[in-house]
Amino acid sequence: MKLSLHPLDLKLLRDLWHMRGQVLAIAAVIMGGVATLVMSLSTYDSLTTTRDRFYAEYRLAEVFAVLKRAPESAAERLRAVPGVDRLETRVRAGVKLEVQGFSDPITGMLLSVPDSGLSLLNELHMKRGRRVEPYSSDEVVVSDTFAEGHRLEPGDRIAAIINGKRKALTVVGVAVSPEYVYQIAPGSMFPDFKRYGVLWMGRNALGAAYDMEGAFNSVTATLERGAHVQEVIDRFDGILANYGGTGAYPRKDQFSNRFLSEELKQLQTMATVFPAIFLGVAAFLLNVVISRLIALQREQIAILKAFGYAHQAIAAHFVKFVMVVVVIGVAAGTALGAWFGRGLSDVYMETTFRFPYLDYLLNAGVVLMALAVSALAAVSGTLVAVFRAARLTPAEGMRPETPTLYRATIIERLGLQRWLTAPSRMIARHIERRPVKSLLTILGIACASGLMMVGNYQKGAIDFMVDVQFRHAAREDLALTFIEPTSGKALHELAALPGVVHVEGFRDVPAILRFQNHSHRAALYGIQPDGSLHRSLDRTLQPIAVPAGGVVLTDHLASKMLQVRPGDMLSVEILEGRRRTVELPVLGITQQYLGVSAYMQKESLNELLREGNVVTGAYLAVEPGREAEVYADLHERPRVLGMVANATAIRSFYATIGEFVLFYNLVATVLAGAIGFGVVYNSARIALSEGGRELASLRVLGFTRGEIAYILLGELAVLALVAIPVGMLVGIGLVGILVVAFESELYRLPLILTAENYAMGATVIVVSALLSGGLVWRQLGRLDLIGVLKTRE
Amino acid sequence: MDIAEQHELVFRARGLTKIYRMGEVEVKALRGIDLDLHAGELVVLLGPSGSGKSTLLNILGGLDTPTAGDVYYLDHNLTAAGDRDLTLFRRDHVGFVFQFYNLIPSLTARENVAVVTEISTAPMRPEEALALVGLGERLDHFPAQLSGGEQQRVAIARAIAKNPAVLLCDEPTGALDSQTGVVVLEALEKVNRDLGTLTVLITHNAGIAAMADRVVRLSDGHVVESRANATKLPAHALSW
Ligand SMILES: Nc1ncnc2c1ncn2[C@@H]1O[C@H](COP(=O)(O)OP(=O)(O)OP(=O)(O)O)[C@@H](O)[C@H]1O
Ligand SMILES: [Mg+2]
Repeated sequence: MKLSLHPLDLKLLRDLWHMRGQVLAIAAVIMGGVATLVMSLSTYDSLTTTRDRFYAEYRLAEVFAVLKRAPESAAERLRAVPGVDRLETRVRAGVKLEVQGFSDPITGMLLSVPDSGLSLLNELHMKRGRRVEPYSSDEVVVSDTFAEGHRLEPGDRIAAIINGKRKALTVVGVAVSPEYVYQIAPGSMFPDFKRYGVLWMGRNALGAAYDMEGAFNSVTATLERGAHVQEVIDRFDGILANYGGTGAYPRKDQFSNRFLSEELKQLQTMATVFPAIFLGVAAFLLNVVISRLIALQREQIAILKAFGYAHQAIAAHFVKFVMVVVVIGVAAGTALGAWFGRGLSDVYMETTFRFPYLDYLLNAGVVLMALAVSALAAVSGTLVAVFRAARLTPAEGMRPETPTLYRATIIERLGLQRWLTAPSRMIARHIERRPVKSLLTILGIACASGLMMVGNYQKGAIDFMVDVQFRHAAREDLALTFIEPTSGKALHELAALPGVVHVEGFRDVPAILRFQNHSHRAALYGIQPDGSLHRSLDRTLQPIAVPAGGVVLTDHLASKMLQVRPGDMLSVEILEGRRRTVELPVLGITQQYLGVSAYMQKESLNELLREGNVVTGAYLAVEPGREAEVYADLHERPRVLGMVANATAIRSFYATIGEFVLFYNLVATVLAGAIGFGVVYNSARIALSEGGRELASLRVLGFTRGEIAYILLGELAVLALVAIPVGMLVGIGLVGILVVAFESELYRLPLILTAENYAMGATVIVVSALLSGGLVWRQLGRLDLIGVLKTRE
Repeated sequence: MDIAEQHELVFRARGLTKIYRMGEVEVKALRGIDLDLHAGELVVLLGPSGSGKSTLLNILGGLDTPTAGDVYYLDHNLTAAGDRDLTLFRRDHVGFVFQFYNLIPSLTARENVAVVTEISTAPMRPEEALALVGLGERLDHFPAQLSGGEQQRVAIARAIAKNPAVLLCDEPTGALDSQTGVVVLEALEKVNRDLGTLTVLITHNAGIAAMADRVVRLSDGHVVESRANATKLPAHALSW
């Protein structure tokens, strides 16, 4: 006797091979869930690890402060603050930039680097070229996004408008900075590589250009281990108050880092919610499919029992079987997920996060978790099915399952049967006799369809958000900011510019909003209540006028971040001038999907700041076709600092997230498609196994292949059709979960499902059903008619 | 003199009743069976179709439980035994041949036998058992590649391979021609003789009754006759 394997293990291998189609389809379901998990978590882990390493290696500061002007001697007092480790002063200035051949307005941030030696903090990672030559007057290093946007290389020349004068600059290097991983122009919402750039210049040259010789207007510091951040900030504020300090802030409020954190938080949410949904649904489907598959083994379980195999031994056999399937699925899902994860990380690196390198990281824990969840779902399904079958006495188990009591179906009771052919009546009976099975099949298919809808939901939602933001709320063509607060009279000049149709001024001031123990640092925007360009919207997206004497908050800011309600008194610390704190009533809530804002009437804000008609910027409506002309005019005005054009903002928004969404949609479609097909195909195959003997007998009696296919696939078709509307409900539910989970300061997703989403949900069912039908049709051709004759029934 | 009486009592059934309920309809398969079976006996169970033969055999073998009544195997009460004990009982003591063979389709003839020998204490080799039923040449064929009678013989090889104390066979020769049938019966006879295995054999073929020590006749769920066979013939002397 030369049997190396236990006969049951042989049976296992043969069964696996025999059912390879189904095995692969089940593995596809697992793969879909696992790949989502691995992709999301590995991307999150990779980006987080990379960020931490980059911050540490390039010494990102922990405290930042901006001020008007302080002599270098003041730095000594800052350095003496207990807890400060390293401290570096610098000069920074917002500038307008010009690049040959690009006519749109470009704003930039010029930062000084020491002329001697490396920066102590926020060091640059040089990607190309070199650092600026000490004491050179016209050399700059540019951020790599800006270089990429304009294809700038070392040696190229650009110009900056410094203090109203055009200055030619030579690009000598391209760099990435931990301080500007995420680059966004102040006042704009999305990165725009072409229209915003960060430049580094020698301290001497920059100081000379801005009258900052021997002085600084920006300071950053790292802290000693265990130092108390808030204490250091308070001491800094005390020292810098005399020098026009606008409040030091910790790393967590640093612009790039805050966005990076928010993005990573989003990614983490995604890495939790999406896999939870995908893996959860996959696990449910796995459980259903496996338990039905095992239920088919009822007779064999009875035989093994009859020979004296104990329940545990039988259960172990089937558990081994499904574990093979699980391992195949998890392995495929891990490989695919890792591949997608790299792709996703690359998309992040290209569109949003500028790290000099990426530490791609796939934690073993992630794979183990995927394995554990899948195994749990599969094994529990197996055990339930095995024990249900093993509970029967072997004599019972070896008989085919007794059908439940024959009774008239609804159709027959309604007297509709004469309209149905015998095969159609069989379909109706099958579905009605096993309602639980039919319901689970419908639910399973519906879940796959829901997943497809979740995966494709983002695009429509983003279109909707952009529409609300730019066509209902911020309808201006151009938003510009002045170099400093300016008299409202400047608006008349703007209105008089050729091509400008309408002008509305605004006054914004940095502030900290507080309510009870909640606080948020934000710009307080004073806008014109009767404005037609920049408007607040109510819940139904109708414009509302901001009332006088109080603030109107974005719903998320009010209800989630500050937890205030209309009527509550908000404490507002103005971070400008004398830094007064005032109490203001919350007068309204505005619906806003992107970002969070606090609005007031401009006049109320002017009053609060004890100033006259002062503006810090303006919203412009421009005659279509004359934008370039208006840009050129504004560009020449020294008081105008930055301009953000809505049309280009939208374009850059789509450019940024377009790639991301495209990638994501593709991945979700593939995975949801795999899951959908896996479920539908298995339902069809299991139905074939369950009904195979009956169908073969019908063939023996003279039914054609078409006729028996009608009985089998007709049932599947009915279930699939019912699953389509159910799937839409599941989709809405899953998207609802997503919407709640993704709520954040950066954006809130609207619960919007487009016709396209519904169509995708239905398509995955229809395509999977057709494909499965085709495969099963082939199987029907191979039905073992002789086998039926050989044995009983 | 009844030879069975000299031997140890193996099965003792009292008042066995089995009622199948299907909704409103009740089928009384067994209506109070009293039966004693002894070690080493070869018992043939006769009776018309539907008289309850398979049902009785299943209950004796611990495959099914009666609606009422008791079965003792030696001093173990099978009716009171739990699933675990019944499993051990079957594993250690009983060889089955089912009326419908019940082979595992994904295993070859040899492997179908090995499934049982793997968990027995002193089995024959699967090849040996298959040779006994004349299937030494078809070891590596799957059930689907065998004729109905060949499948039946695999089922018999599977039952005798573990050298059981009790052999329960439901129409073991139903699908076989007279010549092959005799080969199979000889194999059963050999096990019965050499090991003293209590063998219960259901058949519709009254001719086979000639090889029995005792013939039990069932009708409509009752034992209507139990008689010792005065002139026991060896299997090779039978034909039909
Ligand atoms: N699962 C069941 N449900 C309902 N009735 C059953 C079931 N199994 C058997 N019966 C009925 O019990 C009675 C006895 O059946 P059993 O199988 O024991 O007969 P049998 O003597 O073995 O007949 P055969 O010689 O035809 O095999 C029959 O009337 C049969 O219809
Ligand atoms: Mg029978």
